[in-house]
Amino acid sequence: MNALIEQVRIGRRRAIAQLITQIENNDTAARSAIKALYSDTGKAHIIGITGPPGTGKSTLVNGIAKVIRKSDLRVGIIAVDPSSPFTGGALLGDRVRMRDLSGDVGIFIRSMASRGSLGGLARMTGNVVKLLDAAGYEVILVETVGAGQAEVDIASTAHTTMVVEAPGMGDEIQTIKAGILEIADLLVVNKADRPGSDRTVKALKAMLQMGQSRGYVDHHGKKISVKMSEKDRSDSSEHWQVPVLDTVATDGKGIEELVEVTFAHKTHLQKSGQWFQREKARCRQEIGQLLQTRYLAEIRARVPTTEREKLIVAVAERRIDPYSAVDELFAQTNYRD
Amino acid sequence: MEERIIRVLIAKPGLDGHDRGAKVVARALRDAGMEVIYTGLRQTPEMIVEAALQEDVNIIGLSVLSGAHMALTPRIFELLRLNDMEDVPVFIGGIIPNEDVPILKEMGVVEVFGPGTSTEIIIDSIKDTVLGERTD
Repeated sequence: MNALIEQVRIGRRRAIAQLITQIENNDTAARSAIKALYSDTGKAHIIGITGPPGTGKSTLVNGIAKVIRKSDLRVGIIAVDPSSPFTGGALLGDRVRMRDLSGDVGIFIRSMASRGSLGGLARMTGNVVKLLDAAGYEVILVETVGAGQAEVDIASTAHTTMVVEAPGMGDEIQTIKAGILEIADLLVVNKADRPGSDRTVKALKAMLQMGQSRGYVDHHGKKISVKMSEKDRSDSSEHWQVPVLDTVATDGKGIEELVEVTFAHKTHLQKSGQWFQREKARCRQEIGQLLQTRYLAEIRARVPTTEREKLIVAVAERRIDPYSAVDELFAQTNYRD
Repeated sequence: MEERIIRVLIAKPGLDGHDRGAKVVARALRDAGMEVIYTGLRQTPEMIVEAALQEDVNIIGLSVLSGAHMALTPRIFELLRLNDMEDVPVFIGGIIPNEDVPILKEMGVVEVFGPGTSTEIIIDSIKDTVLGERTD
């Protein structure tokens, strides 16, 4: 494992691939790998690409990577597809759309199955991002599973999140629902050569204008503050206007501009101090998750299965309630010794 | 927590445009709980080996209907050797004349599946090859 980590540091591709497998399969391996590599991370610009299935995310990633490679930056790509909830198997087909990228040693593509995670990414995607970051990939594109409304994990993984829609996404009501559109730093209407793309662009712009009444608004000549979400509050030091861009990924139309705006967003984050704020938000969430996993493992280790089983039966038989059962479990772990 | 999920690359080298068979196999392997990386049509040996390397697959399945298997297969093995990947087994499905089968196996192909092979046989063969050989 240590030999593998050394090889990852110098960018050996087979070592990177093998260490990713270990991270995916084994929590203990993930832990030692990240402990060893963490100080080498934090340099990459992490870009999330999300949106409903069939909107052309993979083709867009292909186009974006090609444009970025012109500036010689090394590009890592993580493409997540869903695992079957029944068999655990997965068909990872994103590479089909990325055949143009083959043969370029400055690009590393890895397909990941979601393995039961519901937020649009796999549980280990964040760690694979760190690994590619440590291996020297300067831009990391993370493509989520086809996401509908609630798969928003990417927002806490990426610095820049683009949400990809296609013409005919639904009416305006869809655009004002909570969820995926809220996490966009960039909105992309792909397949813009299809009928109805103007309407989609318009609907998204209208949604964004409605959203502008957040933060400080000019109300009869007086600045008044209105209730803001956490994300807006953190953005308010220098507000980023979410742009709506249209692209035709299959022939490269609009991709140059998209990459330009993506890099402009990075500059905005760095200048406004948001870069570090986002890092902090991500770390807060990550530590929270690790703590949760650790607590659960600890309780499983400290309280015998038979005891836990007794409590579960007691709750099922309505002899005690679930909150009291957890009180009981906590009491039994006896954290003071 | 240790998971042991078989990762398979299903690739179609060469120029024929018929990928129904490859898709049927990919789907069957998915239903058998494997993670199948499907690369699509018209792959060069270079593209296939690069994908196998990045995806760290346990086994590579090639679908060849074009008759070009005797030209493509040696090149794939050569590239695997160049990348220190001789430990990754390769199987072939498609239309392969009987007299070529022993020659392909001599090159290192673990199994050749002709038309009409049931997907169960392919699944079992992959499980035997991968879980039997690798002891990491």
